[in-house]
Amino acid sequence: MASVADRNLVERRDDAGSGQAAELARRLGQAAPWVVLGILGVWSAVALTEQFVVGIIVGSLYALSAVGLTLIYGIARVSHFAQGDVMMLSAYLGFFVLTGSLAGAGATDVTLPVALEMLPWANERIWLFSFGYGLVLAIAIAAVVAVPILLAIDRVVYRPLLARGASTAIVAVSSLGIAIAIRGVMLLVWGPSGRRYSEGIRDTVELPGLPRIVADQFFIIATAAVLAVATYLLLYRTRLGTAMRATADNPDLARASGIDTASVRRWTWAIGGFLTAVAGCLLALQSQLSPDLGFLLLLPIFAAAILGGIGSPHGAFIGGLVVGVVGETTVGAGWIGPGYKLAVTFVVLIVVILFRPSGLFGSRS
Amino acid sequence: MSATEAPALLAEGITSGYTEVPIIRDVSVSVARGEIVTIIGPNGAGKSTLLKTIFGFLQARTGRVFVDGTEVTGMPPERLVRRGLAFVPQTNNIFASLSVRENLTMGGFTLRDEVEPRIDRVLGLFPLLAPRLRERAGRLSGGQRQTLALARALMLDPSVLLLDEPSASLSPVMVESVFAHVAAINQQGTAVLMIEQNARHALAVSHRGYVLANGENRLEGPAAALLQSDDVRRLYLGE
Repeated sequence: MASVADRNLVERRDDAGSGQAAELARRLGQAAPWVVLGILGVWSAVALTEQFVVGIIVGSLYALSAVGLTLIYGIARVSHFAQGDVMMLSAYLGFFVLTGSLAGAGATDVTLPVALEMLPWANERIWLFSFGYGLVLAIAIAAVVAVPILLAIDRVVYRPLLARGASTAIVAVSSLGIAIAIRGVMLLVWGPSGRRYSEGIRDTVELPGLPRIVADQFFIIATAAVLAVATYLLLYRTRLGTAMRATADNPDLARASGIDTASVRRWTWAIGGFLTAVAGCLLALQSQLSPDLGFLLLLPIFAAAILGGIGSPHGAFIGGLVVGVVGETTVGAGWIGPGYKLAVTFVVLIVVILFRPSGLFGSRS
Repeated sequence: MSATEAPALLAEGITSGYTEVPIIRDVSVSVARGEIVTIIGPNGAGKSTLLKTIFGFLQARTGRVFVDGTEVTGMPPERLVRRGLAFVPQTNNIFASLSVRENLTMGGFTLRDEVEPRIDRVLGLFPLLAPRLRERAGRLSGGQRQTLALARALMLDPSVLLLDEPSASLSPVMVESVFAHVAAINQQGTAVLMIEQNARHALAVSHRGYVLANGENRLEGPAAALLQSDDVRRLYLGE
């Protein structure tokens, strides 16, 4: 008897030993992407400061949109391929309320007699920015107007599909259809050529220890940071935010707790849509307005959301910054041609996903 | 149950299922105030279907549901909880990514205020959860999860608690503790309707029981009588 018990004891100890080794290996694998990204991040910040800063600026745009995308995916269960085009549409809405311009017949624009620009001092430059309060107001209006548009699309397209048991793939493809439709509207209303919010001079600012950056880019980073903090507080400090997380986690149990999940869904589109719209306007401020630009951004934004762990808002935010910095530093340092920016981003995404299949902040289950 | 007092829960002539083919046909159950009622029956008898239909996750093809004498047929779950019904699913019965405290807060979602006193009251029933309030619910052990699932459902102080196999996949010690919890909850005045594979344990704490087979009512009676019934002993207690 004693020997049997002893043997059991030994075997159990062996099990525990190999279990510990496996656990250690798993933890190392889990930590590896963080360590590598951390080292690369610090190194690029020191050695390639200029590209790093641009990466953070571009990344903060990806980040905002990716947070919107990940909320919509996690709660409304829509892989929203129209995300990039919604960004651009919002940018054009902002342009429209600011300038009142629409594409007319031929090469000339039609300009409405009313527009925010016509308000007193609307284009008077704030600080060193290239724009006045008119644009800030235009962005706010565009973001608010984007919400009912998205709610209507959800009501007419996604919700009926989901209610009839459509698969994720079908809903995703339908959102691709929405994306193409939105692009068609933009081409029709504002024409194919690029536009800018303002033709004014872009002043640069130099801070000690940092490269010169365009003043407008401060506005972009600050707005992204404020909205990210506001979204975090909303999700983690309010009753609505907790209900949103509960619905994402377990929709049936949310209903069993008395949460009106249809209303949570509408709030999600509203909050996600607002973030997406602001990201689109900021993107237009950073580069330009062009009907195709939104679609080009779709891949990096999805990469950001997946890198962070799809469904995780803070993951999407960090993912956006990583995607932005990786793209800018590898291209900016001259290691590879600009055409490969997205390829490098995806290599990073694939490597991270190999080590952490559910992304940096994804749940392990 | 006196003739004048409406039962806490009454489901009459329920026919329901997921597809064209109904899983349960013309099934009726009632739960009096303060009563524990258990539904037993073999796998596939339609026990879960019945519970999901009562709680509005499934639409009944025929039949009516009453809570405290008021008809609630076809009402969705998020409105039924406001009528005093609560439901603990068999699996996925907690919000794994939320903290234990947030799980309880969500259990009391429909309360405008007084959430904190309710949390304190529920923790009084389940003191084991108190030191774990800040922990992620997904990190709890199987038994602790089941306890949290019960605690979440009790936040609104329901008049009827519906339990879908509360002892499934628990260790024997935890099974004892879950049924002790159910009895304690009932002592506080909450009526319980549960479905169970573990017929012996469940009937031991119950007042009455139903036997469901092939989607139809087979037997019903006082729990003690069912435990003694030859059919039940042979078919469900393995004797």
